[in-house]
Amino acid sequence: MKKIMSGNEAFAYGAYLAGIKIGAAYPGTPSTEIIDNFSKYPGVYAEWSTNEKVAFDVGAGAAYAGGRALVAMKHVGMNVAAEALFYTSYTGMKGGLVVINADDPGMHSSQNEQDNRHYARFAKVPMLEPSDSEEAKESVKVALEISETFDTPVVVRTTTRLSHSLSLVEMEDPVADEAPAEPVAYERNASKYVMVPAYARPRHPVIEERLKKLAEFAETTPLNRIEPGDDQIGVITSGVVYQYAREVFPNATFLKLGMVYPLPNGLIRELAGRVKQVVVIEELDPFIEEHVRLLGIQTRGKDVFPNIGEFSPGRIRRCAQEAGLIPGPDQPTAAVTMPQLPGRPPMLCPGCGHRGLFYALQRLNVAAFGDIGCYTLGAAPPLNAMHTCGCMGASIGVVQGVDRVGVKDRTVAVIGDSTFFHAGVAPLISLKYNNSTSTVIVVDNRVTAMTGHQDNPGTGKTLQGADTPVIKIDELARGIGFKKVDVVNPYEFRTVVDTIKDHVQSKEPSLILAQYPCVLNIRERKPALVVDVEKCNECGNCIRIGCSPITKVEGGVSINAELCIGCGFCATICSQGAIGPQNKEGGTDQ
Amino acid sequence: MKKKIDFLFAGVGGQGTILVSNILAEVGRRCGYDVKKSEVHGMSQRGGAVESHVRWGEKVYAPVVEEGGADFLLAFEMLEAARWPHYLAPGAIAIINRHRVMPPSVNLGKEKYPEEKEIEAILTGAGGQVSWVEGAAKALELGNLALAGVVLLGALSARLDEPVEVWVQAVGDLVPAKFKDLNVKAFQAGREMTVPNN
Repeated sequence: MKKIMSGNEAFAYGAYLAGIKIGAAYPGTPSTEIIDNFSKYPGVYAEWSTNEKVAFDVGAGAAYAGGRALVAMKHVGMNVAAEALFYTSYTGMKGGLVVINADDPGMHSSQNEQDNRHYARFAKVPMLEPSDSEEAKESVKVALEISETFDTPVVVRTTTRLSHSLSLVEMEDPVADEAPAEPVAYERNASKYVMVPAYARPRHPVIEERLKKLAEFAETTPLNRIEPGDDQIGVITSGVVYQYAREVFPNATFLKLGMVYPLPNGLIRELAGRVKQVVVIEELDPFIEEHVRLLGIQTRGKDVFPNIGEFSPGRIRRCAQEAGLIPGPDQPTAAVTMPQLPGRPPMLCPGCGHRGLFYALQRLNVAAFGDIGCYTLGAAPPLNAMHTCGCMGASIGVVQGVDRVGVKDRTVAVIGDSTFFHAGVAPLISLKYNNSTSTVIVVDNRVTAMTGHQDNPGTGKTLQGADTPVIKIDELARGIGFKKVDVVNPYEFRTVVDTIKDHVQSKEPSLILAQYPCVLNIRERKPALVVDVEKCNECGNCIRIGCSPITKVEGGVSINAELCIGCGFCATICSQGAIGPQNKEGGTDQ
Repeated sequence: MKKKIDFLFAGVGGQGTILVSNILAEVGRRCGYDVKKSEVHGMSQRGGAVESHVRWGEKVYAPVVEEGGADFLLAFEMLEAARWPHYLAPGAIAIINRHRVMPPSVNLGKEKYPEEKEIEAILTGAGGQVSWVEGAAKALELGNLALAGVVLLGALSARLDEPVEVWVQAVGDLVPAKFKDLNVKAFQAGREMTVPNN
């Protein structure tokens, strides 16, 4: 029996089948659904940790205690968790530890397109790379075996396209219920697990020896295989790119890599011996290609297939044709002229509470140093009200640096609730400790919204639905020693403007909590508003808030009733009182 | 040997392209095809342009449709239909919901929303045939605009050979239980309003 599953669903299923009982992650597109799905299997514990580093430490601890653990994160999450990757590489662990890492070629939902295969070589740990959902399921099982055999964390690399593609997965018998094991004594072994220099130095040769053994394993594991074809072209590839390459080079000989670190030198040489031309096809960096060249084998690679952006079968085909690796089309197809069309970038949802805050920042011409989440869309036109965004939690340190130099502008940091819990607490303490006078605005929509409404320490619920006390951001700031803390409703425009003015002028560190639940999450919907064109003087205020139901029309504006959720913010800022609920006569009630 | 059929979905984040393309993939599976499907979510959910790819075949490798390969384009919104002429296979059928969602630049009065005939010309110019479907109107008549996608699916089903029971069953199994009857109604309406022209 086969079922259609996304790559992420299949990873979760594989983890369950492998007997993994502990899972931890911080949500991040495209990896979010892995732990989300894993949490629904019987007999497992799964959590949203406050960040990827914490999640990785939880996984490490579980594996130290002899449990089997899964940690998942997006590519930039690995930057946050990197320290844990490096120490677990040295210590190894008693139970298996599998780390699923999702790269985002093409930056569908990320700030960069770093190639995390480098982390495998950097931290000296093995890395697997499945190419469809069935392989995703199997990869977690194999990763766990490798982890327990070689005493190492194992990274499974996925990409957005694999994680969010669906394909058929063979269903297996459910895992038999086991009575929970009696707790056993924690095995103390300081020379293996306490990485002070004296103990860490003797671990390094152990790690180098482990890598040699893993390289031998890479030659014989069925994860890596030569798929025979003709003797013209030998393609080396991995991941979902393998699937694309199979369509473009149907007759070639393939070295299909399911394990991308360490690489199998023997198999690479064998492939090179079979064909006239080796071609490495890989997204992003020439990770495999450079290794092939180091073996003294001539190959085509990044000279044909670029190191920027996501691949597709069409892109690979065009590159291969241009390089003469495959013949061009028999008859040149008539080029389709691409029409000039209005773009449709993502934007803040109709009625989103963040809009009120950003509109106030825009009107006050404040320089806003931002962070990562839905509210980053405050940078988009027509609001244009966020001026930096680099990584999770950057806003607070950045505003402190800007304020130390001193600029003419009024300045604030803007950070979301989940981002604040992830990486905002330490910089907030630093701000206070260093006698800074900066203003921090936490835009608190009571959920981790951008990744699809996950719970966080501010929501009162855990991943598995248990009640837990709400951690209140205003109280936390007061506990640190902030004296100037205000909570505002972002839809109350005058109050928001006055509060921001007051805070940016003050000579002490301050925090504004702009709090309103994500309207998409609570499904808030009031009757749509209408515009009284008699009163409208076309001042453009409502257009400037960038709310998608509001459209400029001949002689005024109109509000699309299907999209409007009736939040009323546009009515608040309308200078003529021309916007309001529809009355029975079809006019407005104002 | 099952023949290859490639489907491309286009729409605006929040219109439900993911659910409807999941149903289509499931119909393929139940009819014995190898199926793959791909979409990107995350940032694009927030009112941005979205796409989904569904592929049926004897053996499918890539989860994405190649340019010039789509046999069917299912567009949940008119402007979004016009973005994909380069994906149409010769003779492809574009099934388009007659429904407009204004993008930000049009809201601001900086750009014009294209005319219906311009959209049609873009797609026919690339060798496609256009089939307009009153999906939004039918969905509103049934009481919920979100049903428009299932109306389109009904229209698509009338152009394919797979048995109607499989479609209806898959719709019923994949939509939330309390909306099952409504969705089946929307599907049937879409199917009935389509007279296959091939």
